[in-house]
Amino acid sequence: MSTVPSKAKAVVIGAGIVGNSIAYHLARLGWRDLVQIDKGPLPNPGGSTGHASNFIFPVDHSKEMTAITTESVRQYTELGTFTQCGGIEVARTPERMQELQRRISSGKSWGIEGSRIVTSAEVKELVPYIDETVILGGFYTPGVGVVDSLRAGTLMREKAVEMGALQTFANIEVLGMDVENGRIKRVRTDHGDIEAEYVVIATGCWSPRLAKMAGASIPLTPAVHQMKDIGPVPFFADSRGDIEWPIVRDMDTNMYERQHGTGLEVGSYAHRPILYTPEDIPSNATAALSPTEFPFTQDDFDIQDEHSLELMPSIIGDENVREKYAINGILSLTPDGMPILGETPEVKGLWTASAVWVKEGPGTGKSVAEWMVLGQSEIDLHSSDIARFHEHQKTTYHVKARTAEGFNKTYGIVHPSEQWESNRNVRLSPFYDQEKALGAEFFETVGWERPFWYSTNSHLLEKFGDKVMPRTAEWDSRWWSPIINAEHLQMRETAGVVDLSAFALFDITGPSALSVVQKCAVRQMDVAVGRVVYTPVLGENGGFKSDLTIMRLGKDHFRVVTGGAHGMADKKWFSDQCPEDGSAQVFDLTSSYTTIGVWGPKAREILSSITTDDFSNAGFKFSTCRVVEFGPLRVLASRISYVGDLGWELYVPIEQGSKLWDLIWEAGKVHGMIPVGIGVYGTTGRLEKSYRAYGAELETEYNVVEAGMQTPKLKEQDFIGKAAHLRHRESAPVTTLCSLTVDDHTSSTGEKRYMLGREPILTLEGGPITDSHGRRSYVTSAGSAPSLGKHILMTYLPTELAVMGAKFLVEYLGEQYPVTVAGVGAAPLFDPSNERILA
Amino acid sequence: MDVLVCLKRVVLAGSTFVLTPDSRDIDTKHLGFGISPHEENAVEAGVQLVEQMGGSLTLLTLGPTDAEEQLRSQLAIGATRGILLETEGEDWDPQATAAALVEAIMAEETNFDLLIFGAESADSAGYQIHIRVAHALGRPIVTNVKSMKIENGIAQCERVVGTTRELYEVPLPAVITVRDGLNIPRYPSVPGRIQARKKPIDHKKPTPRVPKLEKVSLSVAPSNTAGAQILGSGPEAVPALVEVLKTIGILA
Repeated sequence: MSTVPSKAKAVVIGAGIVGNSIAYHLARLGWRDLVQIDKGPLPNPGGSTGHASNFIFPVDHSKEMTAITTESVRQYTELGTFTQCGGIEVARTPERMQELQRRISSGKSWGIEGSRIVTSAEVKELVPYIDETVILGGFYTPGVGVVDSLRAGTLMREKAVEMGALQTFANIEVLGMDVENGRIKRVRTDHGDIEAEYVVIATGCWSPRLAKMAGASIPLTPAVHQMKDIGPVPFFADSRGDIEWPIVRDMDTNMYERQHGTGLEVGSYAHRPILYTPEDIPSNATAALSPTEFPFTQDDFDIQDEHSLELMPSIIGDENVREKYAINGILSLTPDGMPILGETPEVKGLWTASAVWVKEGPGTGKSVAEWMVLGQSEIDLHSSDIARFHEHQKTTYHVKARTAEGFNKTYGIVHPSEQWESNRNVRLSPFYDQEKALGAEFFETVGWERPFWYSTNSHLLEKFGDKVMPRTAEWDSRWWSPIINAEHLQMRETAGVVDLSAFALFDITGPSALSVVQKCAVRQMDVAVGRVVYTPVLGENGGFKSDLTIMRLGKDHFRVVTGGAHGMADKKWFSDQCPEDGSAQVFDLTSSYTTIGVWGPKAREILSSITTDDFSNAGFKFSTCRVVEFGPLRVLASRISYVGDLGWELYVPIEQGSKLWDLIWEAGKVHGMIPVGIGVYGTTGRLEKSYRAYGAELETEYNVVEAGMQTPKLKEQDFIGKAAHLRHRESAPVTTLCSLTVDDHTSSTGEKRYMLGREPILTLEGGPITDSHGRRSYVTSAGSAPSLGKHILMTYLPTELAVMGAKFLVEYLGEQYPVTVAGVGAAPLFDPSNERILA
Repeated sequence: MDVLVCLKRVVLAGSTFVLTPDSRDIDTKHLGFGISPHEENAVEAGVQLVEQMGGSLTLLTLGPTDAEEQLRSQLAIGATRGILLETEGEDWDPQATAAALVEAIMAEETNFDLLIFGAESADSAGYQIHIRVAHALGRPIVTNVKSMKIENGIAQCERVVGTTRELYEVPLPAVITVRDGLNIPRYPSVPGRIQARKKPIDHKKPTPRVPKLEKVSLSVAPSNTAGAQILGSGPEAVPALVEVLKTIGILA
């Protein structure tokens, strides 16, 4: 007996806030024949939506999260399911007050209006039932509100049904999924099979189980969030609605308190991480409450009871206010705290939107639907892209370790450079031991342990003195060392050797290889064999999808070199452009080759001393690559630079990496070469040269012309985003990427402060700066420029303001500092004519 | 007035039970634990008596170490102290359980004025323990009490049997068993929870006894697959509804 349609354009699995909003937005964007199924009943199928606390604080340090949340609020409001009540994050410690200042700045950077720091007395006025003596102050956001996520989901589903686009079936269990030729073919259910072009997994904590049916991976874990609802509270006796008083987040205790009718909900992220597997989640029938409402474990909440009592003694301490309801609610959490969105890299046509909270639901639904229908979402989703995960990050071990570590940081003060402690030393370069012996300070990027600086270079601090721009403030210097700047200066004098093992490398080969890379790259790829091309990669809207380097190694053979962090998404992007006939193939070489960079005025001398090959300027031109011999090794050498000095990237099979390091090390010693960390490679060297970085300056919402990266001539061949790019070239950009320098670092206490990035750029009157497309000016990257003795901030400025010498302010931790435009567009502040690179 | 209430840790299940692979127990992997609903009435009655008359409320349970969770929850409501007779987690049959409770009660310095039980446990529903305990202690017992008043050392207890109301007067010390309708059990408050963490619980090892009942296996009763029957909607459903009301004796 079959009750579901046998065919559909798309099957959306899940009828929580995410599934409902994806179904609606797919319908709105014109798709028909949509089928939505859920194994639970409607309108509350028993997933996390049904027990969510449903409140939304719009400000987040993540631009992507803030954008999705803002869009979600817009939709909830439009549906009449948003109740604005305001919200306050309160601080019990001075460190938290500083953090709240940082949140004010993030609000300004991302365009959230009206947030302000309030005194503890003002908090008391807003929330009369708080004991203001236990707090130092708060961060008040009037736009905070509560939504009815079940109602919103129902309305969206109904709209899609009204459009004649959607049929929804409750109490349908998915039994399996069929994949043919790498593409999703069919969903098998206990009420019949559905053939579909697209399948969307929107089943929250169950998502990994469903993905596994198709051979895909959704690396999230079900985790407990404890919540207690107490009442009736006499103070709320007259309240008429769901919520009338501001929601309080007690940040330092990882808790929140919100009025809910006549009750008070007390929630916590402070308890020990309690993680499950999707297989642990019971069915609707066997669960005592709903499947995602596990029995409350009071032991884990004992301390939280005391913390909430401290903050709200008049309510919590009232013996007559009693626990009405308490649950261990199940949420979906990920190892990096971001959602999991997009098409799975394993199965074409199999999409997901998982690990999404109620506050992001409708915005996510819209974005993922746009991505499916239009090929691209308006909001840049690169931090949420399911394709971001490297293989080791998909293991249960990694997911559990990182989620457990991240859980208690839900309300934490997380430094932008903060390192994970769990699951380290997973990917080690072949010269890891040599680096360790040199005192490398390792930071992790997608599993790779990368030296950020070397303590054995600390003797250079004395040599360079104040030129290393020392930082006295703890926050500014956390996860940082002046040794980075010393290494930078020494590299500019002699040379530095840099571990670049974390690069993602993949080859594109076959008769159609050229057409695939042409399609992806803005720059001309039909170049001579042995050319190295740095190119933007665009989406259809002409915004950045990536920027990377492609070497032509043969007629039908290209090698893409890209950053580790975005490497897997880049690989999927190129793979997706390969024709189905197999005439172009992508091979991942990330774990086959290791890369060492050698840069500095002495680089040529050093490398020439271990090779008979011609490393002269004429003999080895910039932007070329070829295989050379270094002693017993055959090495692919590529003459490019991301740090602004003469040098080469050297690629060898990974088992020969240690030998290559040793050869370079021995040769370099006599020339004063030093080991140089990623602190120089990723920040100081790059910023002095105004080199852009994907995810910082380069995002979907900015285009090539705005980033100042357009070439005078454009290739004839087509590429993705060309039509949009041509339009962008026709008129002056509305915003222009600039480099600013900080004029005075002195704070009100007389201490010199150094911005770390993502801070708002303000007018001299202290107002925000917004371009004609509504984009705020904020610091995309910040860091020292030791060769210039300046602190550089990159930012997009409305083109009319992007004038050399123009003065602005940057806001950092509640204070404003004067800055000046020192570079407009791509012109580097250091060695603008590139003499050093081309030497 | 010194009151003792006996509790049993029981599983809180959903609409369908899942058994362990050997069919000897309910699979509790996803499930929480509480006490039987009638025992919530018993604790509430005890709390109210002590509130009105002073004295103490002691909670007594036989169960696994984890049964401390149930004692703490009820201490949070206002009980004074707890006694946990720790088992190794296995079920004790009614005779063994009653004997262990009696042994513990006899060992107490307090001569409890009133012992209150829930009418039956929510899991095994044996309806036996309280009578066995009363008998062993030589105390009068009134079961299924729905209303109660204590005056001058006399407990006035009302129970409902069919359409009849029965009123008993028993001298203290006595045993009663209670059921829903006696009172509305209160939930714990946060201060109650915090205080409960500091209240004393005596952990004791009861004398092991040879069980006289052996649990062979459990089976899940077939569910009523018919579920709810929809009689119709609007005025046309009225005749069918009238028939049903006649069948169950509400309409003549």
